[in-house]
Amino acid sequence: MSAETWIIVGATSGMAIPFTRLLAGRGAALVLAGRRMEDLSAMATDLTERGAVSATPVMFDARDPGTFDAILAAAKAAEGTLNAAVFVGSMPEQSAIDADPALVDGTIADSLTGPARLLTLLAPQFEDRGTGTIIGIGSVAGDRGRIGNYVYGAAKAGFATYLSGLRNRLGRSGVHVLTVKPGPVRTPMTQGMKMPFMAEADATAEDILKAADRKKNVLYTKRIWWPIMSVIRAIPEPIFKKMSV
Amino acid sequence: MDGAIETYSGWGRAHFATGPVAHPRTVREVDPGKPAFGNRRSYGDAPLNHGRAATDMTALDRIVAFDPVSGLLTVEAGATLGDLLRIYAPRGWKPAVVPGTGFATVGGAIGMDVHGKNYRDGAFGDHVTAITLLTPAGEREITPNSGAIWKATVGGLGQTGVITRATLQLAPCPGTAMLVTERRARDWKEHLEMLGSDAPYIVGWIDATATGAALGRGIVEEGQIVRGITPKAKAARTIPIDAPHMALNPAVVQAFNAAYYARVPKAGRSSVRTLETFFFPLDKIHDWNRLYGKRGFHQFQCVVPLDQADVLKQMLEKIAAAGVASPLAVLKRLGPGNGNFMSFPMEGWTLAVDMPNRPQVKPLARELERMTFEAGGRIYLAKDALAKGSSIRAMYPHHADWLDEVTKADPDGLYATDMVRRLELRS
Ligand SMILES: Cc1cc2nc3c(=O)[nH]c(=O)nc-3n(C[C@H](O)[C@H](O)[C@H](O)COP(=O)(O)OP(=O)(O)OC[C@H]3O[C@@H](n4cnc5c(N)ncnc54)[C@H](O)[C@@H]3O)c2cc1C
Ligand SMILES: NC(=O)c1ccc[n+]([C@@H]2O[C@H](COP(=O)([O-])OP(=O)(O)OC[C@H]3O[C@@H](n4cnc5c(N)ncnc54)[C@H](OP(=O)(O)O)[C@@H]3O)[C@@H](O)[C@H]2O)c1
Repeated sequence: MSAETWIIVGATSGMAIPFTRLLAGRGAALVLAGRRMEDLSAMATDLTERGAVSATPVMFDARDPGTFDAILAAAKAAEGTLNAAVFVGSMPEQSAIDADPALVDGTIADSLTGPARLLTLLAPQFEDRGTGTIIGIGSVAGDRGRIGNYVYGAAKAGFATYLSGLRNRLGRSGVHVLTVKPGPVRTPMTQGMKMPFMAEADATAEDILKAADRKKNVLYTKRIWWPIMSVIRAIPEPIFKKMSV
Repeated sequence: MDGAIETYSGWGRAHFATGPVAHPRTVREVDPGKPAFGNRRSYGDAPLNHGRAATDMTALDRIVAFDPVSGLLTVEAGATLGDLLRIYAPRGWKPAVVPGTGFATVGGAIGMDVHGKNYRDGAFGDHVTAITLLTPAGEREITPNSGAIWKATVGGLGQTGVITRATLQLAPCPGTAMLVTERRARDWKEHLEMLGSDAPYIVGWIDATATGAALGRGIVEEGQIVRGITPKAKAARTIPIDAPHMALNPAVVQAFNAAYYARVPKAGRSSVRTLETFFFPLDKIHDWNRLYGKRGFHQFQCVVPLDQADVLKQMLEKIAAAGVASPLAVLKRLGPGNGNFMSFPMEGWTLAVDMPNRPQVKPLARELERMTFEAGGRIYLAKDALAKGSSIRAMYPHHADWLDEVTKADPDGLYATDMVRRLELRS
């Protein structure tokens, strides 16, 4: 029996993999939710060798709420403190979305409506247990709409607002909610892109777990993004609309 | 998108390559038509493919299966030896041979048939029981009984195919701490004598700036794995930028080396360290290679037969005289070779010395190369960036056998790298 169970939503994400390894190292039980089942089961074997008490793959598609029941069932069965971390998200090129506006729906579903619906379904279980942590991965891209990726940014802004409300609700029953706003991180999502202050996924995962343990509300990682985004948020719209940052 | 153009280097940062690099996350995603590299802890151009495509294997680092009874472990090729040591030591097992950095991957450790501080246990390849090779013809598993293809793959610089998985026979690991005894070796003769001790793990740090009677002085470290309390691990530090050229100038290095020597009391001392601090002493300082500044550095490493130890002494004299500030140099014993065609280890003494990338290093390296050859020794390709192809081919007596087998396995030369081209290993 493990002291903590973590449901990892979007477990194959480049950021989630090192995060799950940290949890495995401290003997957590893991539920790995994602859509690549073959890879999830390879990951489960790996994580068990790395110290996880158990690692269970569960099929999950953010765009298909029919798949959410399996996660709810896994949560119900969880031993020890129940926790959840939501890494799912997708970032198509803004130019691709401009060419095919139907992509807006999927982008919002992967980063906002899918995760929000799942967490809303899970919330009562957390309330009943009266303990645990929920981590949601937003993005600095959600802090301001920029020409380069404002649909993704809009989804992340919505998710951050959702998480803030969820924190407000669940805080009353002793459940903590952490919003993470990473800057660029070297993962498959950013493969081949050149971006400033690129972080390594290992370091990001360590930051996230530390912030969760300390019950931080909002984490900017790397830390430099907090002052940068404070400045960017403060730029008046008449000026900002002419900038390309 | 994956496969974007990247500029990358080996650990020495004296040679760079620019070309498309793929980062597969599953074996299905691996394109078998181009050379693979691990964490590029080789110093020179072995893991580079300038102007062409390459595959970074480091995301393929999962543990596939482990049998706690036999200690047989199957992993993907990008798994690092440091991770495996951390994961399995508390369970009583460890990789039988590890190099001086835990960032080396299983694929890279096979590609170079790396050696450790426990020369009696042979090389890394002696503890591998199966390798999965991927080529355009498909996947195949080879074992030590597979004959020439095995001998061409272990130590074979990745030229027989992409290694996707391997099975390792782990060695029993009686504890998670290392009892380390450090003693001063006052000169060359004493240093060699001390390295002959029967400690399971042993390595000599030489002050390569010492001359005259003090030449060869240094610290000999003996290690033995012990059970008991685990010492606390220190947090990692990072060298964030390229150091200015000044950082490792001769005066600084001389002072550093003198202090390193003096820090161990005359009578010697013992301490308990984590296994990682003993095996991978520099890994906690991330990117320490940047201390050498923008121009990067080289490492010269050779092995000479036991009775040729004096040649290494002459090499140290030449290095000290050239004033190429090299911080600590490493002296170790190596056990008998394992017959793999391009494997480095052979019975003898091995010397490794870092040198900043300066104009005077090239002629010095040529001289050291000649001395190695004349002594019947060889240069380690994991470190090399300067040698001549003709000398290397002559130093490795089974090069022709390797070439035969590699030509069969890869007739189209898909896996040739910058090193293979520079040293004309496949022509
Ligand atoms: C600080 C330090 C200390 C060191 N100490 C030692 C030591 O004590 N003993 C020792 O022997 N070495 C030592 N080395 C060298 C190091 O162990 C080797 O260079 C090793 O090969 C590095 O592993 P890598 O994964 O980084 O391989 P890379 O450098 O990335 O690749 C090495 C070779 O293997 C091939 N290769 C890598 N992965 C694959 C794959 N999956 N399929 C096919 N081919 C592949 C590459 O093409 C290349 O030819 C040290 C290096 C450093 C930086
Ligand atoms: N990398 C960055 O620079 C960066 C910066 C800020 C925020 N973020 C956020 O960090 C989180 C993790 O991303 P990452 O960088 O690790 O990228 P990633 O490796 O591409 O991870 C994205 C994950 O989302 C999953 N996913 C996407 N759509 C899905 C769907 N419909 N159903 C189920 N799973 C779906 C992917 O699954 P598959 O493996 O099946 O494709 C993958 O596991 C994301 O929310 C991302 O927006 C990333």
